[in-house]
Amino acid sequence: MAAKTLDRRWIFLFLFIGVALPLIFVIGLPIETTENVRAVYQMVEDTPAGSTVLISFDYDPASKPELHPMGRALLQHCFEKDLKVIITALWPMGVMMANDILDDLQPSYPNKVYGQDYVNMGFKAGGMVTIQAMGKHFKGIYTTDSNGTPVENIPMMKHIDNFENIAFVISLSAGAPGVKEWVQVAGDTYGRQVSSGVTGVSVSSVMPYVNEQKQLTGLLAGLKGAAEYEYLIGHPGTATSGMDAQSLAHLIIIIFIIIGNITYWRNKKKQKKEV
Amino acid sequence: MKRRIPLTITLIVGLIVICSEFIPHRPFSQISSELEVWFMIISGFAILLGQLNLIKTNVLKIQYKQRNWPYFVITLASFFLMVGTGALWGSQQNAGLLGHGTAISSAIGSKPFDYLFNNVYQNLQATMFSLLAFFIASAAYRAFIARTTESILLLAAAILVMLGNTSLGTLLTGWLPDSLSFLHLPKVSEFIMKYPTTAGQRAIMIGAGLGIIGSSLRIILGIERSYLGGD
Repeated sequence: MAAKTLDRRWIFLFLFIGVALPLIFVIGLPIETTENVRAVYQMVEDTPAGSTVLISFDYDPASKPELHPMGRALLQHCFEKDLKVIITALWPMGVMMANDILDDLQPSYPNKVYGQDYVNMGFKAGGMVTIQAMGKHFKGIYTTDSNGTPVENIPMMKHIDNFENIAFVISLSAGAPGVKEWVQVAGDTYGRQVSSGVTGVSVSSVMPYVNEQKQLTGLLAGLKGAAEYEYLIGHPGTATSGMDAQSLAHLIIIIFIIIGNITYWRNKKKQKKEV
Repeated sequence: MKRRIPLTITLIVGLIVICSEFIPHRPFSQISSELEVWFMIISGFAILLGQLNLIKTNVLKIQYKQRNWPYFVITLASFFLMVGTGALWGSQQNAGLLGHGTAISSAIGSKPFDYLFNNVYQNLQATMFSLLAFFIASAAYRAFIARTTESILLLAAAILVMLGNTSLGTLLTGWLPDSLSFLHLPKVSEFIMKYPTTAGQRAIMIGAGLGIIGSSLRIILGIERSYLGGD
């Protein structure tokens, strides 16, 4: 069958051109915000200045293109709203992912002081159990930050005992442990507002938590979610520029699916005639 | 006796953790908190155990010159390089056994571990993940054929979600009047994700949840013993 004999390298070539060209020559396709992204944005907007929030970097470099822009946009938004940010990681590489963003943002927010406005508490193994323990006694789990500074010497951590002292939790999640554990413990057990940013492939498994009970307050879904958030906070970044490439790549895949179907039906018709 | 002791420990620990969920008071809450700390310590050891297992399996494959054995040499060399640079000079703000390695850091721009992480590891992982796009495109071309009614539905849903999740969806249907806004592709995509997909996913999650309860009970009651090794 022709659909099966087409050399897959043609598909690879077209896809490569489709992804590479928009990254070099920006098209600037329009971005429209969706309800779930607006809900995350509104949650940050409605949090009073000076509140402490927690962002968990539960991903590694493999998911960087999708989740990194979300982390950057969320941190920018929190800094602009004068929220104090505690950074944690359920994935070992999450600590470095967070530091990468913080290093990039530092020149743009010179008045934000480490330990007073934000802190990176680092990685803890244990997934769900770690979150449960955080809910009981935060400082019992995190005795130092990721640099080894004792938690008692970090000014913004002085009044943090458990989730009661945290306004909301956002998990940037590429799998397990990640958003599901945060929802089940920080949200369902301790009643904290939880939101999340996830990769495109895991959206369908996380969507059931975006419900009337607000187990998740909104959801940033894949690169599009990140681009929408960048649009809402008015800081277009890598997600916005990546949307052109993603749009064209999707279009190329759709065109190939149509070609595959046309070839299949044409061959089927031919076979019927021959019989 | 060899099996009875671990089975008894499992039963007691399992019952305490279940009780602490329903009776969050002393002594259950106290014991449960202590067990959580133990769990995290054991999780830390599991990472170490994983590393030792990685060394053992790769060394054996190299020793017996199994198929593609040079790749296992690269795996081990990469592993020891990352562990070695991290242990000797530390990473980011943390010092290693030889301090911060100021001389080497000024020569290459960052600590050796950070340099390798940022310039090698990150890019390799991103490359592996990016390759998926090419294979998905190829697989979609071959698999998404409208042969039956079910496959036509799947194909239509896939195309609508794919278009709705890009700026193209907005571009193609952005001109529609408000009265036809329900046909707007991002909204159609959101509808598919929010209702039919979520309904199916919930069914899977409930099934998986019941399965977890069942297997947890089997472990606590000592029916399921495979975690002890053997049967």
